[in-house]
Amino acid sequence: MKVMTCPLNGPRNISEFLYLGELLEMPDAKACEDREWAEHVWFSENKAGVVREWWCHLPSSYWFIAERDTVSDRILKTYTVAEYFEKSGAAQSGAAGEAR
Amino acid sequence: MPWALLKYGFSRRYPARVDIPPPQALRPSYDVVIIGGGGHGLAAAYYLAREHGIRKVAVLERGYVGGGNTGRNTTVIRSNYISPEAVRFYKKGVEMYQGLAGELGYNLLYSRRGQLTLAHTEASLRTFRLRAEVNRHLGVRSRMVDLEEIRDLVPCLNLSRRVRWPVLGGLWHADGGLARHDAVPWGYARRAVELGVEVHQRTEVTGILRSGNRVTGVSTSRGELSCGHVLQAVSGMSSVVAAMAGLRLPIRSFPLQAMVTQPVKPFLNPLVSSASLHAYVSQTARGELVIGGGSDPYSLYSTRSTLELKESLIAGVLGLFPFLHELRLVRQWAGITDMTPDYSPIMGHTPLEGYWLDAGWGTWGFKAIPVAGQSIAQAIATGRVPELIRPFALDRFYSFNLSNEAGATAASH
Ligand SMILES: Cc1cc2nc3c(=O)[nH]c(=O)nc-3n(C[C@H](O)[C@H](O)[C@H](O)COP(=O)(O)OP(=O)(O)OC[C@H]3O[C@@H](n4cnc5c(N)ncnc54)[C@H](O)[C@@H]3O)c2cc1C
Repeated sequence: MKVMTCPLNGPRNISEFLYLGELLEMPDAKACEDREWAEHVWFSENKAGVVREWWCHLPSSYWFIAERDTVSDRILKTYTVAEYFEKSGAAQSGAAGEAR
Repeated sequence: MPWALLKYGFSRRYPARVDIPPPQALRPSYDVVIIGGGGHGLAAAYYLAREHGIRKVAVLERGYVGGGNTGRNTTVIRSNYISPEAVRFYKKGVEMYQGLAGELGYNLLYSRRGQLTLAHTEASLRTFRLRAEVNRHLGVRSRMVDLEEIRDLVPCLNLSRRVRWPVLGGLWHADGGLARHDAVPWGYARRAVELGVEVHQRTEVTGILRSGNRVTGVSTSRGELSCGHVLQAVSGMSSVVAAMAGLRLPIRSFPLQAMVTQPVKPFLNPLVSSASLHAYVSQTARGELVIGGGSDPYSLYSTRSTLELKESLIAGVLGLFPFLHELRLVRQWAGITDMTPDYSPIMGHTPLEGYWLDAGWGTWGFKAIPVAGQSIAQAIATGRVPELIRPFALDRFYSFNLSNEAGATAASH
């Protein structure tokens, strides 16, 4: 069994979580080119290595951020969305926030 | 007799046949370089040489031929998709498989068994009806079957109503079949090599060389070489290799797990699959049961396996065939599948001139090896992408013109 640590609920079986994909900065929908928007909707970095992603603890419907190594299948870090915005200073743009 | 055997063992005529010659030097330049020696790359090489006379072709494979997903797949060959463009495309693929052993002079153990897909919900029955109609309209043999017919097709299937997901009906696809997974890349490699194609195993592509917006060559673990065209056919590593060419793709990679039981007496002729139970099963010519299902729940580049997924596959199969509970597993494994948002492949041009894609084959690309290889070879040789594969261009994502096969693919492959 693989265990993931939820920032709200602590360590839980990974089957309780839903993977929601890479954390991406959303382009400004009104100003960006159509191609850029299409890429934001469909394309992925899909990196082999350390990635930062959205995850959700399903029973409590709690969304958070996880850093994983997609080659070794290790979960490196999990933290709250608030912590991410504090660190990245991305809060004002609201971009990633809306992606919730 | 022992003397004769010894003499034969030491004679130069043994082994009598070398399918793929041992490593040779790389040439400084080729007309076409194909990255990836799986079924897709080798089929493309074969058709380039065979149908277009393009023989200065090198297939570069970082491991060994067929060691990727082609050698890990569960070999469901079918054409009962839902969108007309996919049905047309896979129908051609199934037809090519039927004559392929003869064309390659290689035993592929192809056998047409028919595929039974089970519905456990009204919603599945509705999409089955639609698939049956679209299929029939395009000349693919698919039709709805009721419980009585299902009992005739697979007498030992559990049709009890006292289970969590009772079977309500099915989609019968008489054209469905199986083949020997490894034999397909081996057969293509052997014939391609005979026509002058070079297959370089243990040769990893590490970079893509370009001049302006045109590809000019590749760098490899054995040095650089130049070429006119590059075809990327590296299922499981599509995003990683495309990134070397400066391209991003609409692909996410997930492990897909499968397993095989000990052999038992033949009892199951058709392939049986169930989307609601997330599992499918078939019996090989050797009597083993091959069991597979959907991809893992989160993206990964590791081919590790998990007990959770194996348990869920087994639970699904035992729901259909409870009497299998005493069988033992003898092998289990995983491959990395490149999933597209619409469960359709990506074939054709890229923004980088001369750089061609044959990617996004997810959990469904084995059945398409002959038709994809032939179509992409034609595109490279003539510069014109054949009608048959145009709906699968990378450009469809920019025009939001997707070709949605999620419902007709999940757990059926
Ligand atoms: C468990 C499982 C079950 C499946 N079941 C089915 C099924 O029932 N029916 C079906 O139709 N499909 C099925 N598939 C999907 C099918 O296996 C694949 O879509 C298909 O085999 C892809 O073929 P390919 O030639 O593109 O890739 P592969 O066979 O994976 O070949 C790609 C090759 O590229 C090489 N490569 C990667 N990077 C580099 C590099 N940098 N340089 C050089 N070489 C490189 C790899 O080593 C590999 O050998 C299944 C897949 C899996 C994993």
